[in-house]
Amino acid sequence: MMDKWTFGLTLLVVGMGGTICTLILFSLIMSALKKIFPYKKEEK
Amino acid sequence: MTEAILSGLTGLIAGVSALHWSHVVMIAIGGILLYLGIKKDFEPLLLVPIGFGCILVNIPLAGLMEEEGFLRVIYNMGILNELFPLLIFVGIGAMTDFRPVLENPYTFLLGAAGQFGIFITLLIALALGFPYNEAVTIGIIGACDGPTVIYVASKYAKELLGPCSVAAYSYMSLVPLLQPPIMRMLTTQKERETVMKTHQKTVSDTTALLFPVVITVVGGLIAPMGLPLLATIMLGNFMKESGAVSRLTKASENEIANVVTLFLGLAIGGTMNGEVFVKPQTLLILGLGLMAICLDTVFGVLFGKILYYVTGGKVNPLIGAAGISAFPMSARVVQKEGQKWNKKSYLLMHAMGANAGGQVGSVMAAAVMLSVLKAMGVI
Repeated sequence: MMDKWTFGLTLLVVGMGGTICTLILFSLIMSALKKIFPYKKEEK
Repeated sequence: MTEAILSGLTGLIAGVSALHWSHVVMIAIGGILLYLGIKKDFEPLLLVPIGFGCILVNIPLAGLMEEEGFLRVIYNMGILNELFPLLIFVGIGAMTDFRPVLENPYTFLLGAAGQFGIFITLLIALALGFPYNEAVTIGIIGACDGPTVIYVASKYAKELLGPCSVAAYSYMSLVPLLQPPIMRMLTTQKERETVMKTHQKTVSDTTALLFPVVITVVGGLIAPMGLPLLATIMLGNFMKESGAVSRLTKASENEIANVVTLFLGLAIGGTMNGEVFVKPQTLLILGLGLMAICLDTVFGVLFGKILYYVTGGKVNPLIGAAGISAFPMSARVVQKEGQKWNKKSYLLMHAMGANAGGQVGSVMAAAVMLSVLKAMGVI
């Protein structure tokens, strides 16, 4: 079992980095979806 | 005859004789939770059943958390198997409107920044000597999301379920008190007065409908250990956006959420036995939980400041404080704070975007953390 500092820093870097990258990916996907399915006023 | 009467009478004083000082403390704490829930309106839906459950479990010899006790039955039914927090998440998804974050997808990043507190608190908990699984559970209080905290605690540190849940729900209620001083400390007056442009409606119904499905699939592939959390909140949102299953949507946000909340609160209260709860470690956990949420606000606002400078002053850094999962309370706090400094500043919809992003961010942070822990062989 790794020491606690290695464990904690790994989680900080990979965990936080993974979260940020995933959310960047989500925002890119959502931007793409908005372009593919644009809002039309007629929908209302 | 006399002996029989006396032994019968001892049955009536057995409860008082078995009372430990820690039980008395916990009954008082249960009373305080009831007071906070009823008189101060601090998350009453949770704090009232938690407080009552806490009082019940600290009455000795009643056996409510023994094998056949009714609190144990409820606990086994939905806490031991993590079912209750997931069912509540379906209701939360059904109540959440993700369109503000879809209008401005960059607000997802504010939702990410608002999760730093989880990982920093985890490091500090490790430094203070908590074992890995407990440090993870304490750190997740920074997700500022009750069901997420309960889910992780139920899986990895059941003994911390009581203090972590109480910390999460209490501090979520304290967001209007905790956040404004931090927001003021980290921003200049000029930054606080920034007026942001009003949204133009740019999200089609199709996009809003596809959002939960896409997030579930992509998020699940990246962090499969967190799929139960992600999928349930997105299921609720999908049902809402589809408009085709309004009965299920209404049941999820009302009957199911209410019944499960009652059972969840009682079961969590049932874990708050004095002999286990009353120790210095519990105070430490409550302190670390508070720190986690404050750090979330700090990093959220700091990221908001980065966006302010990168966009040439178009983004008000205050909205960074809404990148936590306390939805929609944090967004309202940001709106109120923005109005204090500039009456022309309407930050609510921008803050709602950041807040909804924080909701997704907290679930993804927990999901990523669990998947990384699994890959590291810790769980």
